[in-house]
Amino acid sequence: MLSRTADHLYWMSRYNERAENLARMLDAHYRLSLLPRTPEAVRQGWAATLTSLGMIDAFRAKHREASPEAAVRFLAFEREHPGSILSCLRTARENARAVRGTVPSEVWETLNSTWLEARSFGRAGGEPPLGEFLEWVKYRAHLTRGVIVGTMLRDEAYFFSRIGTFLERADATTRLLESRWRDPGDGGERPASEASEWAVLLRALSAFEVYRKVYRDSVTPMQVTELLLLNDSMPGSVHRCLSDLYGNLREVRNTQSRETERLAGEMHAQLRFGRLEELCADGVPIFLDRCQKRLNELAAGIARDFLVPGA
Amino acid sequence: MARAYDEMYDDAGSPRAHCTGYRDWLEAQPAERLAQKRAEADALFHRLGITFAVYGENEGTERLIPFDFVPRILPADEWTVLEAGLKQRVRALNAFLADVYHDQEILKAGRIPSEPVLCNAQYRPEMQGIDVPGGIYSHIAGVDIVRADDGRFYVLEDNLRVPSGVSYMLENRKMMMRLFPELFSRHAVEPVEHYPDVLLHNLKSVAQAGITDPAVVLLTPGAYNSAYFEHAFLAQQMGIELVEGQDLFVRDDVVYMRTTRGPQRVDVIYRRIDDDFLDPLAFRSDSMLGVPGLLTAYRAGRVTIANAIGTGIADDKSIYPYVPEMIRFYLGEEPKLANVPTWILRRPDECSHVLANLKDLVVKEVHGAGGYGMLIGPAASKAEIEDFRARIKANPERYIAQPTLALSTSPTFVEQGFAPRHIDLRPFVLSGKDITIVPGGLTRVALRKGSLVVNSSQGGGTKDTWVLGC
Repeated sequence: MLSRTADHLYWMSRYNERAENLARMLDAHYRLSLLPRTPEAVRQGWAATLTSLGMIDAFRAKHREASPEAAVRFLAFEREHPGSILSCLRTARENARAVRGTVPSEVWETLNSTWLEARSFGRAGGEPPLGEFLEWVKYRAHLTRGVIVGTMLRDEAYFFSRIGTFLERADATTRLLESRWRDPGDGGERPASEASEWAVLLRALSAFEVYRKVYRDSVTPMQVTELLLLNDSMPGSVHRCLSDLYGNLREVRNTQSRETERLAGEMHAQLRFGRLEELCADGVPIFLDRCQKRLNELAAGIARDFLVPGA
Repeated sequence: MARAYDEMYDDAGSPRAHCTGYRDWLEAQPAERLAQKRAEADALFHRLGITFAVYGENEGTERLIPFDFVPRILPADEWTVLEAGLKQRVRALNAFLADVYHDQEILKAGRIPSEPVLCNAQYRPEMQGIDVPGGIYSHIAGVDIVRADDGRFYVLEDNLRVPSGVSYMLENRKMMMRLFPELFSRHAVEPVEHYPDVLLHNLKSVAQAGITDPAVVLLTPGAYNSAYFEHAFLAQQMGIELVEGQDLFVRDDVVYMRTTRGPQRVDVIYRRIDDDFLDPLAFRSDSMLGVPGLLTAYRAGRVTIANAIGTGIADDKSIYPYVPEMIRFYLGEEPKLANVPTWILRRPDECSHVLANLKDLVVKEVHGAGGYGMLIGPAASKAEIEDFRARIKANPERYIAQPTLALSTSPTFVEQGFAPRHIDLRPFVLSGKDITIVPGGLTRVALRKGSLVVNSSQGGGTKDTWVLGC
């Protein structure tokens, strides 16, 4: 398959996934805003999120203060901001358009109609209520992924699309966890409020019922972290993503991809056999940061070995 | 201007014999159903992304080409005549190209003057003496046909470089079958769906000798090109790679594409990029779309390019008047399809006749395309006519002139209901071992009342084209 085609497929899936994860992150905040929190806690929560997304500088360049309204606009609807949900949906669609001859027509049509609809939301006065919009984004992402899994031939095109999905999802999970850990909340003085803040995170990831099923216990930060990092059965966990990523990488291996495959295998093994206390001996945020660095190395390796160099 | 010939109704307003079945069906349709079907077609074309990009507007602006659901219907006997005439014409044009790039017998015989051929920017000296597989230069030709008020067909122009529009022919048929399946059980409409199969078969047949399973690719300028939808569509239908210039490279005169498993050899390139942009080393050096070294590989016979480089010399408007002469010279036959009578303004007597009658004529710049650079006398203002007069006087050799043809009309669903609108027809002629034409072609319609310009860039739409079985 053409390297450029593989590149478009990979980014098509990454951006679809990114739009969904941004929606989940915003959803977490939206749900937090319904809890009794001080304005200062709310502001710090947004700052933590923007920091963990790596967007705090871009945000500060345009807005003075991390007010909920400004942050929501910036992350959801701002067209000029390439990291907003709207921009992600557009970029996913542009990538799909470039390979519309390679993917089943339903894949292209789904991404195209998602963008056409999103575009009408982005027009002045056309913004729907936030909760409704986030729900819509999640369901469109489900649909896109479903069409990909349901219609694509299991060949390289599919594998590269999946690689994009799992890499992006692993990255997003670490960032969501990081933003929760870096958000001091209401100081942790009220265990009840802390528990509900972590429960909000679980709900945003559609993982609350899963947590109950796995732990049969009240919500604690370390157990949530363990579920989202190490549980192999949990679809969004970093362990699960790495295991799927590794499998798809093996399908496309070529003469120069050994090192990238090794890197993925090593990270997978660490998450599979490591103990949470040991992995996070220097603190959870430090470990999450290391994970993100590893994922960046992996992404660079994949681009070098298979995709368009320099892209 | 004479009264136009209508494709569906005779002068008395009765449906022509081959259209009675359709007319009866149409009259039985409630207006709301038709309006709803039209809305459905629009929504589908949008969702499918069957659009073209518009130059000069914001990057990435995409528009629908309006689709009219009233088909243009051709009876079997008329199509038989057209088909024979088109095959004859394209055979002669290919013979002309082979001759011009080899011995130039037709010039030596004085049947066509040398100057407009050899001093033409479309003549590519790089092709002189090069043998192309099968002697085929124009593998895909789009020949524009109009029907005049006398009811006869005329060839308006030949498109032998990168003719486009075939995807609309195929999508329009799909849309019609989706919207009105009942019509197809009532009419024996000749199918067109096999076009991509024929094209792929022909492209494979022109690979260099000795290659058993040639790798064919479609070379596109990219996603922002106005015809990108068509490029992606055809590549998908044929199951071949859609490549951009950056995906290809040349090493030791062999063309490769960059793949996830390393370089892979390319044998046949169906290119949708103009000659000028194909190879920055040979043609325009500022081209970002081409492949450096492609011309050398091509001249060495290591890769086939379809259409061949240099076909523009045969469809140039200054050469068009000589096509009937080519048919006589190469085939020893009389043309079965007429040219539109054409004045060649480099000839002083014809030029003075044209200057005296500008308000009745159509004047075309010989290198213009897409309906730009032309004067339609009856529709032009005094100032526009005077402007053209000055331009013609300064460079008469740059222009040809033709009578203003009353293009035939077809009923079209417009705001006010059904009304006649002018149309043309572009059949696609495929040359391989044989010449194949899928029955019909792309019918373009000028949607504005009275307009004769059918180009999509200037407000034209399209229709499904039916050739009825015997």
